[in-house]
Amino acid sequence: MNLRKLSFDAVVIGGGGAGMRASLQMAKSGFKTACLTKVFPTRSHTVSAQGGITCAIASADPNDDWRWHMYDTVKGSDYIGDQDAIEYMCSVGPEAVYELEHMGLPFSRTENGRIYQRPFGGQSKDFGKGGQAARTCAAADRTGHALLHTLYQNNLKNETVFLNEWFAVDLVRNQDGVVVGVIAIEIETGEVVFVESKATVLATGGAGRIYASTTNAHINTGDGNAMALRAGYAMQDMEMWQFHPTGIYGAGTLVTEGCRGEGGYLINKDGERFMERYAPNAKDLAGRDVVARSMMTEILEGRGCGEMGDHVYLKLDHLGKEIVHSRLPGITELSKTFAHVDPAVNPIPVVPTCHYMMGGIPTNINGQAITRVNGEDQIIPGLYSCGEAACVSVHGANRLGGNSLLDLVVFGRAAGLFIEEQLHQGIDHRQASEEDISHAMSRLNRLDSNEKGEDTATLKRELQSCMQNYFGVFRDGDFMKKGREELSVMRGRIANLVIQDKSKAFNTARMEALELQNLFEIAEATAISSDERTESRGAHSRRDFPDRDDANWLCHSLYDPINQTLEKRDVNFTPKTVETFEPKERTY
Amino acid sequence: MLISIYRYNPETDREPYMQDIDVDMPEGKDLMVLDVLNLIKEKDETLSYRRSCREGVCGSDGMNMNGKNGLACITPISEVAKNNKLVVRPLPGLPVIRDLVVDMAIFYKQYERIKPYLQNTTPASGRERLQSPEDRAKLDGLYECILCACCSTSCPSFWWNPEKFVGPAGLLQAYRFLADNRDEATSERLSELDDPFSVFRCRGIMNCVSVCPKGLNPTKAIGHIRDMLLSRAT
Amino acid sequence: MVTSVLNYGRSGVHDWIVQRFSALVLAAYTLVMVGWLAMNGSDLTFLQWQGFMGQTWIRIFSLLAIVAMAAHAWIGLWTVATDYMKHRGLRVGFLGLIAISIFVYVVWGVSILWGF
Repeated sequence: MNLRKLSFDAVVIGGGGAGMRASLQMAKSGFKTACLTKVFPTRSHTVSAQGGITCAIASADPNDDWRWHMYDTVKGSDYIGDQDAIEYMCSVGPEAVYELEHMGLPFSRTENGRIYQRPFGGQSKDFGKGGQAARTCAAADRTGHALLHTLYQNNLKNETVFLNEWFAVDLVRNQDGVVVGVIAIEIETGEVVFVESKATVLATGGAGRIYASTTNAHINTGDGNAMALRAGYAMQDMEMWQFHPTGIYGAGTLVTEGCRGEGGYLINKDGERFMERYAPNAKDLAGRDVVARSMMTEILEGRGCGEMGDHVYLKLDHLGKEIVHSRLPGITELSKTFAHVDPAVNPIPVVPTCHYMMGGIPTNINGQAITRVNGEDQIIPGLYSCGEAACVSVHGANRLGGNSLLDLVVFGRAAGLFIEEQLHQGIDHRQASEEDISHAMSRLNRLDSNEKGEDTATLKRELQSCMQNYFGVFRDGDFMKKGREELSVMRGRIANLVIQDKSKAFNTARMEALELQNLFEIAEATAISSDERTESRGAHSRRDFPDRDDANWLCHSLYDPINQTLEKRDVNFTPKTVETFEPKERTY
Repeated sequence: MLISIYRYNPETDREPYMQDIDVDMPEGKDLMVLDVLNLIKEKDETLSYRRSCREGVCGSDGMNMNGKNGLACITPISEVAKNNKLVVRPLPGLPVIRDLVVDMAIFYKQYERIKPYLQNTTPASGRERLQSPEDRAKLDGLYECILCACCSTSCPSFWWNPEKFVGPAGLLQAYRFLADNRDEATSERLSELDDPFSVFRCRGIMNCVSVCPKGLNPTKAIGHIRDMLLSRAT
Repeated sequence: MVTSVLNYGRSGVHDWIVQRFSALVLAAYTLVMVGWLAMNGSDLTFLQWQGFMGQTWIRIFSLLAIVAMAAHAWIGLWTVATDYMKHRGLRVGFLGLIAISIFVYVVWGVSILWGF
């Protein structure tokens, strides 16, 4: 086998917020860093984040405290977020956000020139006792766009090597089990290359495309997680999928929670502000899982809007044209395009839509990937992960709005800092042998040589509707069993995909087939984890087990892809500088 | 509906050709052009195009639809089709890699050339640099660019001199940093642009303005840069 | 690769200013000529014309207009050539021809204005 080989100190797979924050850190220190991304970096899904980045910089409220943010996040996670990681994120957050500002991110401003902060769901002052907080730093309603472009610009400044439009296929491990790089395809030419690296960072984002209805971009196919699963590494909390309350009905595009932060609210077909019944205090700014479930309950009980009664309305017109158009210009554009509605005049039809993967590759706060060997945590040498692909875990069973962008920059940065440190000390490992490389090539080889099998488009539809039907907002053991059966039949079919188009140059059929195989790995991990966690917690809501079960399930789930079983892993309850937040009943 | 698509695969086609495809449009739904391309691709996987966010913020699917550049994902068929026909071509003026995918290297090179990052060597305090809402408002209409290249590839000056004329997208970003009161490199930035090509090849025909899917106005920004260059020179 | 060595001012701003200023001169000159012709044009004799053109101020003004036209033409045609003529030899040849023509026009104009 004669593969071209490229060598780097560090290679980051994924050019979104987390990936580029990590690569920036290492490139700044002069290490030969590559950012390998299947789309041009500013096309990554971070660009779609709207509302902002939550962080206690004490601009809106001079007395704000990161510990309050930490409390909200722990509570939001339904107590299975790791408290050491949350503590790290909330306390380091301000530094990371100021760095972004110094890099040029065009944050909106307050009258005294500081960064503008808006209220978001699940935010409180004084450990839940001081009422609604405004803690989400915003650049209008285009914060993700502004953040992603700023990071790309600063990577250019610091001369990160960009491998743009390169598709990572599988991890390469040497005979000692160290991850030493990836097999990747340069999409434009179709050439397959071994990208060798002392540290490999998976920052490939989410996999919302396992569902038929999602706010996620077409590219969110969980490539990194699937690579890790195929390598036999464990996946944590994969049953925890966030359904965003306000996806535009029909199109699935996101409408930021910032709409409700600015004073918008949800109404049912009778025009009733129904969240007052479900969350008397926080109302429309309760946790996302709570709001999404309330909306589904309204719809299922016959109070939905429209002919089919299958959505509700987000009302903004009472805020006035001025506020809607100045604070939410992007939303105005989106709802005009996708719902044919001017939100300053009419309400937007919305429905809970798959939005975020709380689970992922378990890591410590340094971004080192972890797997299980004989029931014990073990660090995977050479492999790192950050951002949505990772599960560090700061989001637990439910992520708070605005915490994903913070997660990206804090843990992208942390992984970068740690790898930098390791590189300074010197990383040395055995080179990959021919056999190691050909092992990593096997999936691609099979796809390229397969002559008979099924096509990608049909199977993708089947997979997405299976996940949508059996593993959506509300789950039920019997349904999930059925879903698992369907999936187990699908496994063989998806492994046997065939592409008619074997050409090399910009062959998107090959990409889509590889992506579907990735989606399947994620879907199966989700299905098994969902079925096995016999309780309701955060975003995971079961009709057959409607209550939270702290006695048995105050823990992470860890999916073992080799035996297809679920183990339990302890949640960290020992932050370093504050007292433990003990689990309490979660009400808003 | 008849969709006519520009096809070219460098491995099998000696030259590009237009392929006419009859697409059955689903009843009662106004699809976006991207949705229609997706429908076609389900039947013919060889069709290549870029796409990502499908909501008009990532800038992947810039293409030429019935003669006008735009983003396929936010262009409704009803708005763009004429006489039940739609002609889809790659963005003009850039080399075609395959089908609707163009090589954007020269476009990105012009973006990189204007040093698209904040330059400020004054050590920052432990907090953010302050900026008044008025100063911040000067960046509105500039920072929102998504680098889709619809503007630059509709600009004749960019077609003729893509190596030397920065083009509307790059110049919009050049002004984004000139207009940012946190940036300290104004003079260096202007010096880089003060040749007969980089800025002055703009003839103000405003093709860029008419195609920008984000409603931005590069011509106006270029006017501001010219004013800055003039007031520096006189 | 087109270089900017041949352009008039070697700076975009300079060219831009010269182009606008020369345009103003040419516009003013045109107005004066058209205005004078409109007032005297119906039964104009050669003597009248010679008398008008022989005045010092109109001779100076005409010279300014000729120089303005030379600069304006050079900048404009250089721009057109660098836009549309991608073959270097062709472009240099074309610009050479333009330069010679402009030079001839300037000399001819001066000799008409000051040669009698």
